[in-house]
This record gives sequence, structure tokens and C-alpha cells, in this order.
Amino acid sequence: MKAYFDNAATTKVMPEVCSVMMSVMTEDYGNPSSKHTKGMDAEQYIEDARNIIANTLKCESKNIIFTSGGTEANNQALIGAAYAARRSGKHIVTTAYEHASVAEPLIFLENEGYEITYVPVTPDGHVEPAVIAEAVREDTTIVSVMLVNNEIGAINDIEAISKVIKEVNPSVLLHVDAIQAYGKLPINPKKFGADMLTASAHKLHGPKGAGFLYKADHVKLLPYIYGGGQEKGMRSGTENVPAIAGFGVAAAVMYKNMQENDLHMRHIKQIIIDGILTVEGSYINANPEKSADIGAPHIISISFEGVKSEVLLHALASEGIYVSSGSACSSNHPGLSGTLKAIGVSSKLIDSTIRISLCRDNTEEEALYLIEKIKKHVPVLRKFRSY
Amino acid sequence: MYRAFLIKYSEIGIKGKNRYLFEDALCHNINIALSNVEGDFVVSKEQGRIYIEVKSETYDYDDAVDTLKRVFGIAAICPVILLDSKEWDVICAEAVKHVGERYEDRNFTFKVEAKRGDKSYPYTSPEIGMHLGAVLIDAYPELKVDVYNPSVRVTVEIRKMTYIYSESIKGPGGMPVGTSGKAMLLLSGGIDSPVAGYMISKRGVKLEAVYFHAPPYTSERAKKKVITLAKLIAKYTGSFKLHIINFTDIQMAIYEKCPHDELTIIMRRYMMRIAEKLAYESDCYGLITGESIGQVASQTMQSLNCTNDVCTLPVYRPLIAFDKQDIVEISQKIDTFETSILPFEDCCTIFVAKHPVTKPDVKIIRKSETKLEDVIDDMLATAYETDEIIEITV
Repeated sequence: MKAYFDNAATTKVMPEVCSVMMSVMTEDYGNPSSKHTKGMDAEQYIEDARNIIANTLKCESKNIIFTSGGTEANNQALIGAAYAARRSGKHIVTTAYEHASVAEPLIFLENEGYEITYVPVTPDGHVEPAVIAEAVREDTTIVSVMLVNNEIGAINDIEAISKVIKEVNPSVLLHVDAIQAYGKLPINPKKFGADMLTASAHKLHGPKGAGFLYKADHVKLLPYIYGGGQEKGMRSGTENVPAIAGFGVAAAVMYKNMQENDLHMRHIKQIIIDGILTVEGSYINANPEKSADIGAPHIISISFEGVKSEVLLHALASEGIYVSSGSACSSNHPGLSGTLKAIGVSSKLIDSTIRISLCRDNTEEEALYLIEKIKKHVPVLRKFRSY
Repeated sequence: MYRAFLIKYSEIGIKGKNRYLFEDALCHNINIALSNVEGDFVVSKEQGRIYIEVKSETYDYDDAVDTLKRVFGIAAICPVILLDSKEWDVICAEAVKHVGERYEDRNFTFKVEAKRGDKSYPYTSPEIGMHLGAVLIDAYPELKVDVYNPSVRVTVEIRKMTYIYSESIKGPGGMPVGTSGKAMLLLSGGIDSPVAGYMISKRGVKLEAVYFHAPPYTSERAKKKVITLAKLIAKYTGSFKLHIINFTDIQMAIYEKCPHDELTIIMRRYMMRIAEKLAYESDCYGLITGESIGQVASQTMQSLNCTNDVCTLPVYRPLIAFDKQDIVEISQKIDTFETSILPFEDCCTIFVAKHPVTKPDVKIIRKSETKLEDVIDDMLATAYETDEIIEITV
């Protein structure tokens, strides 16, 4: 049996997406910038995808800029907005547990002379609106907060955060990394009070290589890729038409079935939580209620005392079960997980933490199989612990 | 354009009656190495020298030279202008053209060295040198002659054809791989063992290698990394066999039954035993390790004594007196460093005790090992049965 539980790292591309991508690659392969009809046909795919995505966000299609993925969208949002607003101020506020695609561009900006304030998060994985508002100053230009944390699945109350930060400084721009949330939660940037918001196609059964940046009309961004002026000059370079078309289809399907998927994933999530908690010395992170209703529907973070997570990961892989240790994007860094540290997980348990992340395709059988194998391996690995 | 290379070798020259064996091995290894380079090359032995002639219209000169720089046994590589003609005027014109093209700044001392295989040639060797030297000075007055210590030696050899060369690119030295027998390298994912394999191979030794894999404690990526390292050193050593031995059960048994502070030493003794058995089976005359005195707890004099205790074959430890930085420099030179430092754990590091013994007593270690008596033979048998052999090709 195989069970893929690493859907927060990436997902399997859905058949509807494959089929539209195949048509774009083999039939409508024109360059959207070409003036002939073949180019127009290709352009139509992009506009269709843009409309679909705009509908899911209840915004105008002109507010969507396609990028090569979530990392590029975050880089463009932060670096682009910071440079555009550099005359009004050079102070940026963010949280202690952002993904590397937010944290690293901010470190770049810090080296460029910007000042970054990192606000702490609560042990249950949230950012307190009041705490973040305290960090905002007159010269603050951007506040960046993720909607769903990629390692523990905690959801932030963006609407409340937006409200309080804009009371302190109305001109501050709120950037929201919604990469783990898009396709799983209802997202309405206007209602949230988010000025910039980013997502990535491959987290919702779309292809790798496409993402978007939502940008409210009033936001000024300095583009950082120059060339043929595609995406209204915000993102030059021939559009990745197959991936963008696939992104549109994936978004349409995921938002159509969102409620159903949410119920299904939370059902599986509860089975896994309940099953794993019967293993001695196991802890569910950022979820004191031990309830599948807490946080995002698809992410479970679990620590097993005395077990090295990487070893458990390999042991599970040998059984055909795929999970991740910490976050797959950062597990090549020898440093410990930023998120787990930020929510106060002890350093001994950080190294013993795995992330199980679900998608609509996971079944009860897979969940039971996972629990069975965890019960098999954890005691053995605990016996042979490094010390 | 250079249409040939003259290959100079040093130590082969002194091998007496076995010399032809060394030369043949070198020709063979050059042929194999060049088979991956764009172009057709013919390697030939002629009057105590090795020539590589380019037969194709075009070829990748840079890649050819880089490849030859990795063939052990080559002392120097001379790119040669090859002329069908022995006409004096043609030789002079080509020599002038060569010096003009090759050296932009000609403010140096030079000497023309001539060799005349064809004794019917109208000029003697000294005469060729004298006349051609004059021709070059006429063409480039900034040149200066120094017959004792020239910066550049323009060499002209007149044999069946005419060869002109002035450049000598340093080769790796050493002896042709395959002329000194075979040895078994204990290869890990670290910095040292690939360098050790490279160094022993340079003395003409053909390699075989063994890697100890401990899933799930070591990842598939760690194994992939070792295979990548093996491929990188194969650029020097030529193709070889890599054994992947599943070591998990043995490691677990040691962990369960023996004192934890002796774990690494006992583990290494079993690695040596397994490596030696594989070595005997494939006609190896020794083991190779990357050990260096005092580098870690398992490489103190006492620890080395304990690991050596289980071997009957000689254990070659070319890095034994090297500092880490010197080893790093070689690994950077042979391009294994970047791969070696990728962060995947190997089985030597995953169970390391906080305070391992640094001065183990071989008698005590032997006694600790008796605790494994009941299980170890079966475990070793399984390890040999599940040996996965990967052919590492250049």
C-alpha cells in the first residue's frame, strides 16, 4: 500500500488539469504576445485562468499577476512594495514563523538598509492582532503575515490584524502569504483587508511553475523582472501558459468542492489525531483541543518523544508512506524549524516532529495504514535512539 | 589547430622489462577516457612515446586536455602541430605561425630543440635548431635565445611526419590504473574516503568500493550521494564496482548488546571484516580507508589498532598524516568536496555516543564483541546475500 501524506509540500496534479495542459502544449502552443490567432488562443487560456482565480477571490481579474510560483510572488510583493514605498519608510513588520519565501527576501531587504521587526506567536500558533499592531510605526510600510502556517496549519485572523494595523497607520500595506490556504479556505482579500496576497498552483493539484500575486489597485510595486512587459509590465517573460491554464482549472475545481473536501479532510485528520495519540509520548502541536476542527483541514504536526523525525520519515517511506520532517522546503537547512521554535516546542521535540498533510484524495484506509505503521516503528526507533 | 598530442610519462620509463605492460595500460586508459570526448582519436606507441592523433575534422580541445589531465601515469601533455610535409620552408612557416598564434606577448627566452628520426634529412639536429631559431628571431625580434634555461622550448621532431610543439601541460603523474593490482575502498559520504581512493588509485591501483547503508537511519539520498561521489572519483580511477551493504541489523545488534561508548569501534571492526571478505572474493590485495590519526575518536592510535586488529590484508591509509585542511584542498581539486558536504547522515554519525571511548583496549573490545556471538554470523550472511553491486562507469 502507498499513502502520500505530504500534500503541504506538493500535490498530485488532477486529471482535468493534465488534460488542459496537454491541449495547450500540443495544440494551442502559441505565444500569447504573438499577434496572430494562435497567439490569441493562448492568451485566452491565461485570461480564462485569471477570471476563474479572480472569482474565487471575489476580486477583479486585473488584480491578479501570474508568477512562476509562490516564492516568486512573495519576493515580488515584498521587494517590489518595499522599493516602491522606500521614500515613505523602511520599516517592515512580520512574524517569527514565516516561510522562507517571505523570511529570506526580508533578510535581503534588511541587508539593503530596511528594518525588520519580528513579532512573536502564541503557543497555539497564532499572531495576536494587538501584538502586531504594537510593532507598527509611522514609518512602517509593509506588514506580512501568513494566513495558514505551513508546518502546523494554524490559521491567522487576517481581518482582525488588518483592522488594528490600519488604525495605527492607514497607509501600511498588508501582505498575506496564502500559499497553504488557497484552495482550502474561503479567501476574500477585500474583506480581509489584505493589499497583497499570494498563492501557488502545485499546492492544490495544479502544476509546479505557476503562482499568483493579488495586488489591490492602490498598491504600488516596483517590478523586478524586466523584459517584454507581460502581466502589465509587472512580470516580464513569456507566460507559462500550460501551467497557468492548469492553475485556473485546479482553482475552479477546488473552490467548487471546497466544503466537501474540507469535511473529508477533517474526518481523516481526526482519525489520524485520535490514532496517533494512543502512541505513548506523542504530542499534537498547536492543537491543545486535539480536534480536527482546529486550524487548516490538511496539516497535522506531531512530535514523538525520543524519535528522530528524519529516521521515522525514512522508516515510513520504506512502507510506502510519505510524510515530511519539519517543512520540506526547509528540511535541507541544518537549522531547526523556525515555526516549531516560535511556538515554543522544546528543542528536543523539534527534532522529533513530523508533518502529516492531507488532500482530498486521502482515504480512511490510508489513515489507518499510517497509524499502524507509526505504531510499529516508533517503539523500535525509540529503543535505538541516539543520545 | 593542434592535430595531435604527445604524451610524456615519467615513472614508466624506469620499469625495465615490464615497461611495455605499463605503456599498454596507459594507452588503454587514454583510449577509454577519450571515448567520452567529442572527436575521433587514435592512440599509438611509437619509439618509446605515446601519441594521440586526432582523426576527426573537429574535436573538443579543452575537454580532451581536461580529460587527459585526469589519466594517471601522464606526466605531461604536449599539444602538437602535425605536418605531413618535411619541406624545410613548410616547417619554418608553421613554426613561425605557431609561435605567433600561441604567444601573444613574445618577450621571453626560447630555444629550438630538434630531433631527427629520419637520418636522411639534409640538416642535422643541431643545424635544424640553429636555422629555425634564426628564422623565429627574424619573424619576432623581441624573442631572445637562451640555450641553457629557456622559458619556452620549441621542439621540432622530423620522423615519418613532422611534429612541432612548444607547450607542456602538467599531467596528474602517478601510474596507469590497473598496473598495480586492486584494492577495496571503504567509501562513505564524507570528505576523506573519496580522496583516499583517489590517492591510492593514482599509484596505479584499480578500485573496488564498499558503502555501508543503514536504512531507515540513513536515507536513500545518502546512498545517492555516495554513488555520485563514486562517479566523481571514477573520472580519475576508471570504472569500478560499488558494493552497497545493508548494515542496519548489525548496527542494531551492536547497539543492543555492546557498551554504547564502544559502538563506533565495534561497528568499524565489522565494516573492516565485511570489506575484507569482499576484497578476498574479488582479488583485492588490500583495503583503503580515509582515516587520519586523531581526526575523530575512532581514529586515535588506539582506535586504529582496534580496527586493524580484525584485518589480515594490508590497510592503506593514504591520509594518515594529513591535516583536515590538506584533505579538503585535495577534495576541492578533484571536485568531490561540494558533494561530500551535502548534509545527509551516514551510519557512522547517526548513533555516535556523546562520549565514545578514545583509547579503546583491544582486549576489552574483543570481549565486548563476544556478546554478539549468537546472532552475528546469520546477520553477516544476510548482509553478504543482500549485497547490491552497482557498476560505476565513467
